[in-house]
Amino acid sequence: MAPPFTTSAGAFLQSVLQPQGLQAERIWNLWNFTLMLCGIVFFAIVAVFLYALWRAPRGTAATKADLDHGHSRRAHHLAIAWALGLSAAGLGSLFAVDLLTARKLSQLLPDDALHIDLTGRQWWWQATYRNSDGAPDFIVANELQLPVGRTVLIHLRSDDVIHSLWIPALHGKLDLIPGRTATLRLRADAPGSYRGQCAEFCGEQHALMALLAAAKPAGQYEAWAVSQRRPAAPPQTASAKQGLRVFLSNGCASCHTIRGTAANGMAGPDLTHVAARETLAAGMLPNQRGHLAGWIANARAIKPGVAMPPSTLTPDDLHSLLDFMETLR
Amino acid sequence: MTDEMHRSGDPAKQAVQRGDSLDVSALPTFAFGSRSTTWWGTMGMVLVEGTVFALGVMSYFYLRSQSDQWPDGGIAPDLMWGSLNTLLMLLSCIPNWWTNAAAKQFDLRKVRIGLCVCMVFSLLFLGGRVGEFASLNVKWSDNAYGSVTWMLLGLHTTHLVTDTYNTLVLTVLFFTGPVEAKRFVDVSENAAYWYFVVISWVAIYAVIYGGARL
Amino acid sequence: MTSASPSRASSTLVADASQADALEATWRDPPGWRGWICAVNHKTISRRFMIATFVFFLLGGVLALMIRLQLAQPANTVIGPSLYNQLFTMHGTTMMFLFAVPVMQAIAIYLIPLMIGARSVAFPLLNAFAYWIFVFGGTMLYVAFVVGSGPDVGWFAYVPLSLTSYSSGKGVDFWAQMITFTELSGLIEAIVIITTILKMRAPGMSLQRMPLFAWAMLVTSFMVLFAMPAVMFGSTALITDRLVNTQFYSTADGGDALLWQHLFWFFGHPEVYMIFIPPLGFLSQIIATFSRRPIVGYPLMVLALIATGFLAFGLWVHHMFATNLPDIGKAFFTAASLLIALPTAAQIFCWLATLWSGRLSLRTPLLFVLAFFVILLLGGLTGIMLALVPLDLQLHDSFFVVAHLHYVLLGGAVFPLFGAIYYWFPKFTGRLLNERLGRWQFWLFFVGFNVSFFPMHILGLQGMPRRVYTYPVQMGWGALNFLSTIGAMTIGASVLVFLFNVWRSLRRGEAAGPDPWGAGTLEWSVPSPPPAGNFVAVPVVHAREPLWAPPVQPSYVTGLSNTDREVLITSTVEAQPDHRFWLPPPSPWPFLSAVALTILFIGSIFTPWAVVWGAIPVAITTTLWFWPKKARTSARTSTEVRP
Repeated sequence: MAPPFTTSAGAFLQSVLQPQGLQAERIWNLWNFTLMLCGIVFFAIVAVFLYALWRAPRGTAATKADLDHGHSRRAHHLAIAWALGLSAAGLGSLFAVDLLTARKLSQLLPDDALHIDLTGRQWWWQATYRNSDGAPDFIVANELQLPVGRTVLIHLRSDDVIHSLWIPALHGKLDLIPGRTATLRLRADAPGSYRGQCAEFCGEQHALMALLAAAKPAGQYEAWAVSQRRPAAPPQTASAKQGLRVFLSNGCASCHTIRGTAANGMAGPDLTHVAARETLAAGMLPNQRGHLAGWIANARAIKPGVAMPPSTLTPDDLHSLLDFMETLR
Repeated sequence: MTDEMHRSGDPAKQAVQRGDSLDVSALPTFAFGSRSTTWWGTMGMVLVEGTVFALGVMSYFYLRSQSDQWPDGGIAPDLMWGSLNTLLMLLSCIPNWWTNAAAKQFDLRKVRIGLCVCMVFSLLFLGGRVGEFASLNVKWSDNAYGSVTWMLLGLHTTHLVTDTYNTLVLTVLFFTGPVEAKRFVDVSENAAYWYFVVISWVAIYAVIYGGARL
Repeated sequence: MTSASPSRASSTLVADASQADALEATWRDPPGWRGWICAVNHKTISRRFMIATFVFFLLGGVLALMIRLQLAQPANTVIGPSLYNQLFTMHGTTMMFLFAVPVMQAIAIYLIPLMIGARSVAFPLLNAFAYWIFVFGGTMLYVAFVVGSGPDVGWFAYVPLSLTSYSSGKGVDFWAQMITFTELSGLIEAIVIITTILKMRAPGMSLQRMPLFAWAMLVTSFMVLFAMPAVMFGSTALITDRLVNTQFYSTADGGDALLWQHLFWFFGHPEVYMIFIPPLGFLSQIIATFSRRPIVGYPLMVLALIATGFLAFGLWVHHMFATNLPDIGKAFFTAASLLIALPTAAQIFCWLATLWSGRLSLRTPLLFVLAFFVILLLGGLTGIMLALVPLDLQLHDSFFVVAHLHYVLLGGAVFPLFGAIYYWFPKFTGRLLNERLGRWQFWLFFVGFNVSFFPMHILGLQGMPRRVYTYPVQMGWGALNFLSTIGAMTIGASVLVFLFNVWRSLRRGEAAGPDPWGAGTLEWSVPSPPPAGNFVAVPVVHAREPLWAPPVQPSYVTGLSNTDREVLITSTVEAQPDHRFWLPPPSPWPFLSAVALTILFIGSIFTPWAVVWGAIPVAITTTLWFWPKKARTSARTSTEVRP
């Protein structure tokens, strides 16, 4: 089994065969049944095939063709009829189990569910958590936290091209299609860190559009939600204050939001609590000062095609900016 | 297969067994209708183009099912030019049928007249088609409704244009020659294709003018 | 002749040498450069067509090797995202549009007339035109790719990604117009094949006596007529969205992203069956010959082909299970996708019964065909898995699907195709391919294929999505990807062995004679390669395997001209002689019309007015194509017999 993706926080699982949530587990059960049935069919047919090859007498181009086959016709018809009958029965049983599974998947009821609006963009994810009244609560990007044992309804939309959300440890995938809303209903049943990826080709950096979903026990999740709701704390040190000034005066605010400051751009990820994230650039880089520096300096050199333009900061300004951003927990 | 009785009913025009061989020299050198290979070619085209129209119509209603207002912008195409053209096309079946019958009789004079009359009709409804485009009340680039309406009308116009051109070529040929008997089969098959152009139009007319008013 | 079948040769040799010479002179193509432009003999066109599709196969294979090179290691930097996205787009596009269906049509164009006892296809000039259109379209795409204007949105070009706002540049336009070229070519070839099969079978070859390969091509060709229009319509709407601002696919103005998917997959699913069904025909011909008996259950085999053709049109939404279409709709398509396994299963069981009760000759053609029973079987079973919506939601767009599609396409089409090449190469060229090299090729291919593609099932289950130019080292996918690349290299080696085998056998392969395999169908009754007019004496057919059955009178046709391109047209179902018909002689107009249409098609990528002014040369060339010549008209009139 593949070792999962690891970051400083630990291992992130991205496997269909290690379900960590109810929906993925139901699918996994269906997988096992289907694998068994198809495996039996495969080996049975291959066995008959190899046996037929082994036992049949040999001939050559000169061997007279056998046109008088009335003698075995009935046996052949019987065998073929049986084989077809068994095939139909097998297919029928698969269909039945499939319908049952599909029904169970759609029955994960949304009472007391957590609602998240997930919007796909080239090549990152914006998530708006809703509160219990259904109103928007707070916005994060690329990294979700989910409460263990509670149903989560993720409403999927796209602002540009078709994307697809796939977190294999928790559920199958669903497409984010412009002009439509789809809802993925899932539940994480064990604490852990799960990795997902965009699973519909969406352009140049489709390969690097990952999403991390950390499932936490209810208390820890609530704590996280509370901290996410808070706006950014005002910078305390001189360097951080300078960093905020750099942020606001170099165009960053035209694309990014930092709640609690004047920055409220919507084109790029919300950065209010960026320092609390594991990764940068949709799961591509560890969230460390050096990587952040490189990203700010020239994101396109690291991830060609992204919308974020290179910056022209002096080293001092960059240093201050990084100090400021490190306060955004 | 010991006795080769031929469908034509004429005992002289059959393949005749002579010992080990089957002699086909008395068979005709061309045939009408589904006996003819070019008929099958024409029908193949009809199947393909009919499928394209069917898909266009399905796309029309699919887009309609996805929209709140249809037509998007509220104004349906004017009825006059389209209905006039429909009437003209239905009427054109008469000279078409007449020319087809004349072709099966190998009547050169009648075929010449018939083809000319068919040409007149063709030019009339090409003119009418210009009027139709002008009175659609939507541009192809306005919205999906406009795009699919223009596409349907445009596809049919392509068929009108090519069938008009086919008819023109045959008309000229029947005046200038050289004409052999097989050319009468071509006229007959052109007529079959003409019916398709008319029938497909009735469906498309219903969709463009009726579908916008449902 | 090496076969032990009742000697057909003696009765056909009633025609004397001068008749054979006259026939040859009548039907052959002109020599030299005139021959290049004016040739219309179906075998000439087919050879060119087969070679063209094979060149595309090799190009597509090279693209695949480049893909595997990049994926061999995590975080690899051999190929960047922009080029990589073009590579997999071109690989899929090449294999699906420029190789898989056209090669089957090309082979059918060669074999069908020979199998049904005809001297030609029904529309030789149209056939030539279809070939030229295909070559021009494929060339256009590759020229665009080489100069940096290649498409990079996947072979399926989903909107909105393929609309101008997300794909500026001409790449997608070239892709969409290539579709126009290749689908036009495919549609024309389908009409040619249908008409040939239904109207030109030798007397006595009723539909019930027709070889199973002919049935397969008949079913496939009807599928083409109904499926290809969908992608033509859809891609035309894509071109107009991009070039003249129609709004078919943009959600802002009433358009719908899923409209593209419906249109594309309504074509796309039947497409894979159009690729799969002709090889089912190959299997039947080859298994029969090398089992020394007819296929068990002919009527069931025919029904299975027809059922597969029909059902294939009812599956397309299974490519869209991850969209927000209603669940009940998806369930219908699951049922249909499971149901279609039954006719294929029926065929497999009939073949197994044939092998079981036959006397087997394990020559190379059979070896390739036998691979089907392992590889296609596995691919079909993973297809059944993917048909179940909950499973598909996990496996869709992962490497599991990449594994599945290659198992069915290579197991179901490419392996049988190589079998067909080994089988009919002697007929095409007069020489046998080398058996030993064939076995080397087979085992390298079989092992390489499984080493390359089986691990992809596991990678998909481990969460690896498709169409990714790289993946992080921490995912642990590196080892299996590396193994897969080794397998791909092995496949490449097997192809090199094949090319060497072809080159060597063309020069000094063993002479084949008319019937090296002792087969039962009509193409083996003529010399290898066949004379220009195929049959010096057109046979009269009394059995499904005419060369195996005892001779019955009458056994051949007389009364067809040898000095004009005269063919016999028979009735649709019973193949009773109906009339005689002259086919046109070699002509440059198919080539010139194709050139004119190419200019129109390529011009219209840049400006819509090209459709108007480009129509003029097209009208001129096609009119001159049709316009009768005086001399020929008088000759026809003087020999005319009216119905």
